[in-house]
Amino acid sequence: MTLWWIGDAVLLGVVLPVVVYLLRSVLNAATSIVPSVQEIARVAAAGSQDLDAAALLLTTKDQVAQTVAGVANYGGSLDVILDDA
Amino acid sequence: MAPVLAFMAVGAVTALAVVLIVVALVVYLVAVIVQLRKITAGLDEVIGHVGEIVQKSAPVNDVVTAINEQLDAGVDLLEGLLVKKAGMTDAVGLVDGLYAGAAAAGFRSFPESTTIKAPRIGEVYTRGTLTLARLGREAPIALGNPAGFPLRNVEGGSLAARLLYPEYRQSRPASLPRSPVIGTDAPVQYEQRDDIGAPRKRLPSRG
Repeated sequence: MTLWWIGDAVLLGVVLPVVVYLLRSVLNAATSIVPSVQEIARVAAAGSQDLDAAALLLTTKDQVAQTVAGVANYGGSLDVILDDA
Repeated sequence: MAPVLAFMAVGAVTALAVVLIVVALVVYLVAVIVQLRKITAGLDEVIGHVGEIVQKSAPVNDVVTAINEQLDAGVDLLEGLLVKKAGMTDAVGLVDGLYAGAAAAGFRSFPESTTIKAPRIGEVYTRGTLTLARLGREAPIALGNPAGFPLRNVEGGSLAARLLYPEYRQSRPASLPRSPVIGTDAPVQYEQRDDIGAPRKRLPSRG
C-alpha cells in the first residue's frame, strides 16, 4: 500500500510535470517554426516575382545580337574607309 | 473496511494521475498538430514559389551566356579594328585617355598590350577638344592637367562668361538701351518698299 502511494506521488509529482514540460517544449518549437515558414514563403513569392523580368532577357539577347551586328557592319565600313596603321 | 477505503483512495489517485497525463498529452499534441498543419501549408506555398523560381530562371544561364558571347565578339571586333587602324601603341593610349588606368588591363585579344606604356594621346587632340577641356567639360584629355581635374567653377562661371560680351557690359551699367520694337504695333513704322517681293527686273543683255 505504501509503495502504491509512493508510486502515485511520483506519478503526480514527477511524471506529469516532466510530460507537460516536454510537450510544452515541443509545442513551443513547432510554434516558432510557423513564422519562419511564413517568412520563407513570402520571400520565395517575392523572389519569384522578381524573376518575372527574366523573360525580357530574350529581348536583350536579340537586341545585343542586332547591336553587335550593326557594330560589325560599321567596323567593316571603317576598315574599308580608314587606312591601316 | 479501512483497507478497502485505502485501496479505493490510492486507486482513485492513480486514476486521476493517469487522466491528467492523458489530458496533457491530448491538449499539447493537438496543439502541436495544429502548428504542424500550418507548417505544412506554408511549406506547400514555399514549394510552389520555388518551383516558379526554378522555372523562370531555367533559361537565364543560356541567355546570359549567349549575350556574353555576342558582347565578347563585339569587343574582339572593336579591339582588333582599333589596333589595326591606330596601331597597338596609339590604341592603348587612346583607350587610356578615355578610361584612365585602362592601359594596365590592356586588350583581351592582345596580351602584349599590357606591357605597352600608354602615350598621352591628349597632346594631339584638336583645338576644340582643348577648349572643351578648359571649360571644364570633363573631357578625358583633361585628366592629365597639372592644375587638377577641371571641374566647372559654378560660382565664377558667370563672371567668366561675361568676359565674352563687349566692353560696354564690363562696366556693369545700370540700364541698357532697350531692344527695338518691331511688328505692326511698333511705335516706329517704316514705309514698305515696293521693290521687295516684286518680280526681278531683267538685266540688260550683254552686247
